[in-house]
Amino acid sequence: MSKAKRKRLILNLATFALIIGAYFILQSMVDAKTISRSLKGQLIPICAWIMMAVSLNLVIGFSGELSLGHAGFMSVGAFTGAIVSGWILNANADMDPTLRFIIAVAAAGVIAGIAGLLIGIPVLRLRGDYLAIVTLAFGEIIRSVINVCYFGVSDGSLYFSFLNKKMPEGVTMLVDGAKGALKITRISTFTAGFILVLITLVVVMNLVNSRAGRAIQATRDNRIAAESMGVSVMKYKMMAFVTAAVLAGMAGALFSLNTTTVVPGQFTFNQSINVLVFVVLGGLGNILGSVVAAVFLTVLPEVLREFADYRMLVYAVVLILVMICTNNPLVKYVFRRAFSPVTRLFRKNGPNAARGGGRV
Amino acid sequence: MAFLDNLINGVSLGSIYAIIALGYTMVYGIAKMLNFAHGDVIMVGAYIAYVGMQMWGLPAPLAIVISMAVCTVLGITIEGLAYRPLRRAASLAVLITAIGMSYLLQNLALMIWGANSRVYPETFINSTTIRLGELTISISAVITIVVSAVIMIGLTLFTNRTRMGKAMRCVSEDRGAAELMGINVNRTISVTFAIGSALAAIAGVLLCSTYPVLQPTTGSMPGIKAFTAAVFGGIGSIPGAMLGGVLLGVIEIFGKAYISTELGDAIVFVVLIIVLLVRPTGLLGKPVREKV
Amino acid sequence: MKKIVAFILALAMALGICSALADEDVITLKIAHIGPTTGDAALYGLATLHGAQIAVKEINEAGGKYRIELIEEDDEHDVQKVINAYNDALDKGAQMILGTTTSKPCEAAGAIGYEDRVFFLTPSASSPEVVGGKDNVYQVCFPDPSMGIFAAEAMTKYNLGTKVAVIYNNADVYSSGIRETFVARAAELNLEIVYEGVFGDNDTDFTVQVGKAKEAEAEIVFLPMYYTPASLILKTAKSKDYSPIFFGVDGMDGILSMDGFDSSLAEGVMLLTPFSAAATDEKTVSFVKAYEEAFGETPIQFAADAYDGIYILKDLAEKAGITSETTAEEACELLIAQMKDASFSGLTGDMTWNEEGGVNKEPLLKKIVDGKYADVE
Repeated sequence: MSKAKRKRLILNLATFALIIGAYFILQSMVDAKTISRSLKGQLIPICAWIMMAVSLNLVIGFSGELSLGHAGFMSVGAFTGAIVSGWILNANADMDPTLRFIIAVAAAGVIAGIAGLLIGIPVLRLRGDYLAIVTLAFGEIIRSVINVCYFGVSDGSLYFSFLNKKMPEGVTMLVDGAKGALKITRISTFTAGFILVLITLVVVMNLVNSRAGRAIQATRDNRIAAESMGVSVMKYKMMAFVTAAVLAGMAGALFSLNTTTVVPGQFTFNQSINVLVFVVLGGLGNILGSVVAAVFLTVLPEVLREFADYRMLVYAVVLILVMICTNNPLVKYVFRRAFSPVTRLFRKNGPNAARGGGRV
Repeated sequence: MAFLDNLINGVSLGSIYAIIALGYTMVYGIAKMLNFAHGDVIMVGAYIAYVGMQMWGLPAPLAIVISMAVCTVLGITIEGLAYRPLRRAASLAVLITAIGMSYLLQNLALMIWGANSRVYPETFINSTTIRLGELTISISAVITIVVSAVIMIGLTLFTNRTRMGKAMRCVSEDRGAAELMGINVNRTISVTFAIGSALAAIAGVLLCSTYPVLQPTTGSMPGIKAFTAAVFGGIGSIPGAMLGGVLLGVIEIFGKAYISTELGDAIVFVVLIIVLLVRPTGLLGKPVREKV
Repeated sequence: MKKIVAFILALAMALGICSALADEDVITLKIAHIGPTTGDAALYGLATLHGAQIAVKEINEAGGKYRIELIEEDDEHDVQKVINAYNDALDKGAQMILGTTTSKPCEAAGAIGYEDRVFFLTPSASSPEVVGGKDNVYQVCFPDPSMGIFAAEAMTKYNLGTKVAVIYNNADVYSSGIRETFVARAAELNLEIVYEGVFGDNDTDFTVQVGKAKEAEAEIVFLPMYYTPASLILKTAKSKDYSPIFFGVDGMDGILSMDGFDSSLAEGVMLLTPFSAAATDEKTVSFVKAYEEAFGETPIQFAADAYDGIYILKDLAEKAGITSETTAEEACELLIAQMKDASFSGLTGDMTWNEEGGVNKEPLLKKIVDGKYADVE
C-alpha cells in the first residue's frame, strides 16, 4: 500500500475510533446519569450536525462546488420524517417505534434525494458564484413553499393542501404551514444518531475512496481536463450532490424526530452558513475535521452561555481571527515558528493537504 | 391604477436594491470577493444617520453626509483588517471571514443600540406624497429612483473617465498585470470599498425612509436580495447591478400583488433561476471563456 | 469579671444561633426566566426579563421568608435553542420556569417539561398549543383564540363597521392563531371579511396588502400582530390616504413607546390590552416608575405579565410549602395542585386558571387618543 493510501486509511480508522469511543463514553454517562442535562439534550442534534457537515464537505470539499442551500435538504428531510412518522402512528399505532423511525428516516432520505436530483439538474449547469447563488435561492424557495403546505391525517389517510388550508373535519394536523410540524412523537435516540453518523461516514468515505470518488475530485481539480479524459462532469457532480442531499435529509429526520415541533423558519440561509462554517473550519476535504468542527462549534455557543449578551460577538470575533490565522501566510509562518518543536512530532504532509489550495 | 401603483413601488424598492447591488458588484469585480458584510454596513449607515437626526438634532442632509463618512471609514477599516490579510487565500476563506464580519457588525449594533426597533423620523425624503389623479406616489419613491439613477451615471462616468476609475477597471480585469503597470492595487481596492460603503450609507437612509423600522437585523434580508440582484444582472457589471436591482424589486412587488404575498420571495428566486439557466452569467454579464 | 465575660460570650453565642436559625428560615426559590434576549425577538424577551427583575428585586428587598434567585437564559426565539436553554436552567438548579416568552419555543420546551415534570408559567406565550395536552404549563397572558373572538365581538358591539380586512403574519403562530378564531367568529356575527392579506417574518413592505385592503373598501382593518409591523402598516396607510379603523390586539401595546414613532399615525387605533402603562392605579404607577428608573424606558405589557408571573409563582410556592431543597419535579406536582383553586390579582388584571392551563381574564379595550390610551365609550 502506498504511503498516501496508508495515511488515509489510518485517518479514516482514527475517525471511526473517535466516534465509537465518544459514543461509548457518552452513552455510559447517560446511563449512569452523570451527564449534564445540557449536554444530554445536545447529543442528538450534534449527530445531525455531524451528518450535515460531512455531507456538505462532499459537495464543497470533494466536488468543489459551493452550496449555500444545504439547510433546505435538511428541512425537506425533517418535515418528511415528521409526516411519515405521524402518518404511520395514525394508521397503525402498534408499530414498533424503532421500525417507524427507520421507515421515517429512510423516507426522508429518499425524498431529499429526489429533491437533490431535481435541484441538481439546473444548479450544476452553472459555475462558481452563480451556482452558489442558485443553491441559496433553492434553499429559500424550499422554505417559502413549506410555509404554505398543509398536511393532516385522519383514520390512516393523509391529506394535503397547498396555499389554503382546506382540511376535512376532525383531521389532526401534522404540518400546519408556517407553524411547522406539530406534536411530533419523539422517537430519535442517541444510539440511532450514532448509527446514522456511522452510516454517513461509511458512505462518504467509500464514495471518496472509490473510482467514482476520484472522478469527482478530478472534476473539482480541473473540470476541462477531466472532461477531456472522458469523465462525465455532470454525472459525477450529480452523484456527490444527490448523495449529500440524501444524507442531509436523513439528518433532518433525526433532528425533527427528536423534538416536538420544527418550523420551516428554522432552516434558513443562516443555518446553511453555519454548516458551511463547520466544513471550512474543519478543512475542505477533511472528514475528520468536519466531525470535530461540527461538534466543537455546536457545543461552543452553549458553553459560552455565561457570557449571554457577548456570546455571538465573541463567536464572530473568534471566527474572523481563526480564518485570518489559518489562511494568512505571514501569520501562519509566525505560528509555525512558534510551535515548530511541537509540529515536528507530526508529519508535514498531514491531513491539511486538501485544505483550500486556492480553489473552490 | 393598482398596476401603476405597484410598478412605482417595485421600481422604488428595486432602486434601493440597485444601490446596494452596486456595492456588491464593484467589490466583487475588483477584489474578487463576496462581501457578505455589505448588508450590515447599510444597517450601520442607517443607525448613524438616525443617531445624528434623533439624538443630535442635525438636519437630515448633514446627518446623511456624516453617515457616509463614517461608513466609508468603516468600509476601509474592515477591508484592511479582515480582508487584506486574506488577499491571496481561497475565496471560500474570505467568504467565511465576511460572514463573521457580518455577525460582528450585527451584534455590535445590538449591543450599542439595543434590540428595540427605532422608527425613522420624517425627513425631506419621506414627508410628502404626490397625488396625480387617483394615484398617490410617495416622494420617497421618486427621490430613491432619482438618486439611484444619478449614482449609476456618476459611477459609470467615474470608471470610464477618471484615472482611479480606470485603475479599478484594470485591477478587475487582471490584477497581476495592473500591478506590473504600476497601479497601487491596495489603494485601488480600498477606494472601491470606500465608494461601496458610502453608497451603502445612502441605501440605508433611503431604505429606512421608505420602510421606517430600524433594527440590527434590518440590513440582512435586503443584503441577500441585493446580492441576488447583482448576480442576476451579471456580477461585476455596473449597469447589470442597476438592471438586476430594479427588475428584482418589480418582480417582488408584482409577485406579491398578483400571485401570492406569502410566495413573494420564492417567486423572485424562481425567476432568478430561470434567467440564470438561460443566461448563465446573468443578464448583462460577460460570458467567461475558460482557457485550458 | 469572668462571669461577665462568660455571660457576654453566652449571649453572643445565643444571638449567633438565633441568626443562623433565622437564616435557615429564608427560602430561596430558584426561578429560571427563559426568553429571547438576543436576536429578532429580543425586545420581547428583554421586556419579560426586565419585568421579572423588577419583581425579584422588590421581593428580595422586602425581606420576608422568600428570596428569589433569577436564573437568566436566552432561547433566541428558536425551537431548538430553547431546549438547550431549558436544560441549562435545570442544570443550574431551577425549580420552576418563568417562560418562555414566545409561543413556538414555549410549545417545544413545555412538551419536554411535560415529560420531565417541570412547571412552566409563561408570561406571554399565548398560543393554544402552548398549554394544550399538558398539565404543567400555565399562562399569565390572554390566550390567542379568545382574543380573536373578543375582537370580533367588540367590533360588533361598538358598531365599528361591517367590512373588515385582516392582515396577518402566517409564519407567526400568534398572529395566525388569532386570525383563525377571529374569522370564524366574524362569520357568525355578520362581519364581512373583504380581504385577507398575508406577510412573513422579514417583510417590511406592506404596500400590496394595504393597497388591496383599500381597494376592497374595508372600514376596519384587523391587525393581529406585534407593533413593529403594525407601525409600518399605519405609515403605509397614511401615505395612501387610507384611514380605516385599525383594530389591534395585545401585541399592539408598545407602539406608542417606539422611539421616534409619530403618534398621530396611531390616532383612533383600537386595541386589546391587559395592561396600560398610563393607568393611574397605585400598583401600575409604582411599577412603571421602578421600571423607567431601572431601564430608561416605559414598560410594555410583556413586562407587566412577567412581573405578575413572578408574584404568582412566589404566592403559589408559599401556599404549597416549597423550600430551597424541593426538586423541580416535586415543585411541579405541588404547584399543579395549587393551580386548581388559585386566583391572583395583579397588574394585568384578576385571573384564575382553567384545567387546560389557560387563564380566565378580561382584556381591556382601549383606544389611542392624542397619543394616549383612552377608554372606549
